[in-house]
Amino acid sequence: MNGTAGICNHCRNTIREKEKMSRHISTGPSSFIPENEIIGAMPLSDSTVMLLDEEFSGRMDNLTQVMGLHPHYLQAFLRCHYYLLRMDGPLPLHYRHYIAIMAAARHQCSTLVCHHVQEFEQIGVCSDWLRGLEFCPQRLRNLNEINKILAHRPWLITKQHIQALVKTGEHSWSLAELVHAVVLLAHFHALASFVFGSGVNPDPEVTEVNGVTGDLCPPVMKGLCTCHLTNSNQANGNPNTGSELEALMERMKRLLEEREDDDASEEEMFTRFEKEKKESLLVVSAGFDEEVVPPSPVARFVDDPSFGYQDFARHGEDNPPTFKAQDYSWEDHGFSLVNRLYSDIGHLLDDKFRTACDLTYYNMASHEGVDTSMLRRALFNYVHCMYGIRYDDYDYGEVNQLLERSLKVYIKTVTCYPERTTCRMYESYWHQFRHSEKVHVNLLLMEARMQAELLYALRAITHYMT
Amino acid sequence: MEKMTRVSTINGRTMFCHLDAPANAISVCRDATQVVVAGRNIFKIYGLEEDGFVERLNLRVGRKPSLNFSCADVMWHQMEENLLATAATNGAVVTWNLSRPCRNKQEQLFTEHKRTVNKVCFHPTEVNMLLSGSQDGFMKCFDLRKKESVSTFSGQSESVRDVQFSMKDYFTFAASFENGNVQLWDIRRPDRYERMFTAHTGPVFCCDWHPEDRGWLATGGRDKMVKVWDMSTNRVKEIYCVQTFASVARVKWRPERRYHLATCSMMVDHNIYVWDVRRPFIPFATFEEHKDVTTGIVWRHQHDPYFLLSGSKDSTLYQHMFKDASRPVDRANPEGLCFGLFGDLAFAAKESLMSAPASAGDVGRKTYPGGDRRYPIFFFKKPDVTEQFAQVSSALSVFESEADSSAGMDWFINTAQSYLLSGKPFAELCEHNAHVAKSLNRPQESTTWTMLRIMFSEPANPSLSTNHNLNKSGNLPLVNSFSMKEMSGALNERNKENRQDNIHSLETNLNNNDENEETEGSEGQAEYLFVDDELDDDELYSMEHDNQPAEESEYLLPQEAFPLRHEIMDHPSAPEPLQEKQESPHVSGSEAESMCLTPMESFSLISVSQQLFSPHLPPKFFCPIVKEMLCYYAEQGDVQMAVSVLIVLGDRIRKEIDELMQEHWYMSYIDLLQRFELWNVSNEVIKLSTCGAIMCLNQASTTLHINCSNCKRPMSNKGWICDRCHQCASVCAVCHHVVKGLFVWCQGCSHGGHLEHVMEWLKQSKHCPAGCGHLCEYT
Repeated sequence: MNGTAGICNHCRNTIREKEKMSRHISTGPSSFIPENEIIGAMPLSDSTVMLLDEEFSGRMDNLTQVMGLHPHYLQAFLRCHYYLLRMDGPLPLHYRHYIAIMAAARHQCSTLVCHHVQEFEQIGVCSDWLRGLEFCPQRLRNLNEINKILAHRPWLITKQHIQALVKTGEHSWSLAELVHAVVLLAHFHALASFVFGSGVNPDPEVTEVNGVTGDLCPPVMKGLCTCHLTNSNQANGNPNTGSELEALMERMKRLLEEREDDDASEEEMFTRFEKEKKESLLVVSAGFDEEVVPPSPVARFVDDPSFGYQDFARHGEDNPPTFKAQDYSWEDHGFSLVNRLYSDIGHLLDDKFRTACDLTYYNMASHEGVDTSMLRRALFNYVHCMYGIRYDDYDYGEVNQLLERSLKVYIKTVTCYPERTTCRMYESYWHQFRHSEKVHVNLLLMEARMQAELLYALRAITHYMT
Repeated sequence: MEKMTRVSTINGRTMFCHLDAPANAISVCRDATQVVVAGRNIFKIYGLEEDGFVERLNLRVGRKPSLNFSCADVMWHQMEENLLATAATNGAVVTWNLSRPCRNKQEQLFTEHKRTVNKVCFHPTEVNMLLSGSQDGFMKCFDLRKKESVSTFSGQSESVRDVQFSMKDYFTFAASFENGNVQLWDIRRPDRYERMFTAHTGPVFCCDWHPEDRGWLATGGRDKMVKVWDMSTNRVKEIYCVQTFASVARVKWRPERRYHLATCSMMVDHNIYVWDVRRPFIPFATFEEHKDVTTGIVWRHQHDPYFLLSGSKDSTLYQHMFKDASRPVDRANPEGLCFGLFGDLAFAAKESLMSAPASAGDVGRKTYPGGDRRYPIFFFKKPDVTEQFAQVSSALSVFESEADSSAGMDWFINTAQSYLLSGKPFAELCEHNAHVAKSLNRPQESTTWTMLRIMFSEPANPSLSTNHNLNKSGNLPLVNSFSMKEMSGALNERNKENRQDNIHSLETNLNNNDENEETEGSEGQAEYLFVDDELDDDELYSMEHDNQPAEESEYLLPQEAFPLRHEIMDHPSAPEPLQEKQESPHVSGSEAESMCLTPMESFSLISVSQQLFSPHLPPKFFCPIVKEMLCYYAEQGDVQMAVSVLIVLGDRIRKEIDELMQEHWYMSYIDLLQRFELWNVSNEVIKLSTCGAIMCLNQASTTLHINCSNCKRPMSNKGWICDRCHQCASVCAVCHHVVKGLFVWCQGCSHGGHLEHVMEWLKQSKHCPAGCGHLCEYT
């Protein structure tokens, strides 16, 4: 893990010192969010508690605690998560966890990898698979190809990939199994985004496990920056940012008014999308170099580690055609296919997407009674825009108005290469917003990313079937 | 009369033409001579000639076509033949006038919707009225003489998927929504819908008013259903329901056929189906020409039922002739036959075929007349002459097997319950199972068990073979001269000795257990194994396994009361080696070794023993035969035998048989057991299986939810005290102590307590011990 590459010098030093001194750089569920913000903010519904009991025997892991800032969403999330991993489905249990490990490993998310290594061990079969990819069956190894494509450049997936998996004779996948695997992959890629984006700390008890897990889970998450320990709330003291919130609100109001008499031509709309797409290339997190990640214990689950994110629209190259959301939408097409091959998961995913998109408290920082739908839609569509998915009925000029550059950097990092997220990035946008609001942003990013991956994968499967 | 002449002018055949791009929707003009095709990259008008489609007009003009051309829907006005309307994916509603002299036929542009417009609909009789429904949750009504919408109808932020003017009621229109609702609106009252009902789970993609029946509305949804609703009554009533094969994208009533409608699907299924709603299980006709999903269907003429036009994502436009449709009913099997669990046989066939009088041989035959009454199909007594789709009614007969007939499955249940699969030495298990099979009058199985015992039991007396070298060299002069039968006799004697030792040690073990551990939820048997495992851990596993079961069990299932079971599943060691180890661990070590001999060694072993003509052959020698036998049983359908032998033999045979095959057997057997509700046996089989996929089976859904008896909220599963009301949750109503262990409670009043306390209490009193007045019953 070379997380230190993206961290300011100051923090680098801090980390070095910290590493010498103690095993834990930060306490609490998240290294970005102060502990007291998270704990006690959770009036959970009974059914959620029930699910939690089953999952964690009453004790919540850090991820759940952070997500628990939005209990309503948490419920939808856990139901889906639980169904994917525990309930009846085409794949056997240990396969599911192994696929989760493979997916999380693509983003070097050791928190998730460790958790599922542990779960895998609990099932108690085939424990030698944990020694690395070369020890697991060929059938699972065949998933590597779509795993890496979906994780980094989902627009490249074609029906040939599906064909290769479904029609390889002895090690072939049935379509139902494949759909289950694809949903798992997308789910865990997106979850890795959330984990890094919100700075979720690894669970303490995971690190105590001996045996295989021991060397897998370094006691310290080196990739996380510790800025907030040294300069927490410093940003809030910055005098320049005071008007930032007002400016954003002002822009939202103006957009709403303009919308009535905005008669931008089609070409204009098109160029706006293209511009946003192109600009997303330039939005690159500072200090990031293309060097190949040095081997970490997680690397044993990664095949072809050099395959990373590349921008959808690259200059001077033959770009893949834009994905038209109206031609293949989740509601109409994705749902039907998923639900046909893996019953009920469609409803759970549908519920999760809807909850994430519709979640609002009508708040923006200190202001109440604000309609945030415009902002939420801008976030969601910007992620899809980076993945080359275009909505005909959306004016991408709004994205430019609503999302400041530092936020775009954050969004791009969290969705495209989450392992490079730093606390600095997390803190650099929306200074006056609450942490729970930033977690809300992360939820939107996670769901948007998952849907984008699913849409590409399911479209490929549909093409294969027709 | 007018109708007749018009129909006669339509001629044609099944034909198609290639479009340049996928179509999203099609519509025909009133006189059925032209069809408009609209899609993301196509907007063209084709003339319908007798022998093919002819492109008449391309409406996509301009250097760089705008998104206004990207159509989600299109409709041709049924009164004014030059007027068209399209719904654009960017939210625009556009009208087109073909009589405009210039190339660009666009007439009006309404950009009031913020999201994609899913549907446009002209009023059937009013020339200037247009309705649109959009993703943004609004429906708008436009007057084409004005520049803006006349009225807006709000669907409360739920996306509108379809809007349709009623054919008969001038002011009414129906709208279907993404959340499964259908609303009826009066065009004059934009403030509130007249009626709303939930039609489907998930989005309702389409709806269509019946052309003749005033109140009938057909809806199709993502839940794969087509439903017909009767709106003419006070309460909206579902009168027909057709289950299709995929989510329903479009539905269109067939002209002149009261009960027919055509559907096409949005995903996966490319065919167009025409259903008779009274016969919902099989399509009346199918058109199978398209290679990708059909996106638009329309009947060519509103009074002609024989021509159907369709556009598809595969970029083709088809005209289907009804006479060329395939009729699935011709290929359907008219008889049904099914075996019941207990040997009963059900048989359904056309009533006419079943009318033969019952002969003497029909013992136990029951006839269910008339079939299922739920479907009104059976009430149509007199079929229409014009009815092409004959109504069918079937009779169902059930032949019940007699209770003690051989067809019954009693033997299966008895066998499953009586077989011992583990917990005793190998030879005893075999002997026991042989007895069971014999007592159930199954001599072949019985013999098989006996043979297995002879083949795989260690012939040498353990006390003799203190040196395992002796064993390995196959040098056993003592048994050399025995015949097979004699040997088995001798064996039995030795085994008896053994067993006594064994039983003794078993008992001591059990006693130890009772002292040492809580016995909650586990059988003594299991514990015996567990303790043994722990004791002999080193000897047993040092050679092959490097994991440490004892440690593992501590964190595997920390909350559960069954860690021991889990343990056993991981290490399905046969009980037999343990038996001898009690006396001489050395020998058992050697035995374990001999079990995993390399092929080379075993080969030499065989040759040696053959040289000496020793009746003692290494267990490996029999493996091929046993394997063949197992396969034979499985092929015969007696998967019970195959699995039982597999489990009892354990490691002796496991490696010989293909993993997948084993899994298959296990699955079949477990499935059978569960159908017979033999849950305990099935769980034992799962527990004893060695396949990863099988062992996982009983690790899912292992949680029991408990609600606190005081506050009725879910308990966190720690201890006996509820977090919320801080009271002990499971208190015995008799002794008022917390119940740890077996808790029995009345399902009527939910009071209960220690099993024995409650039993005693209810012997004396009829009332609940808690004093709630409920008359509890203990059975």
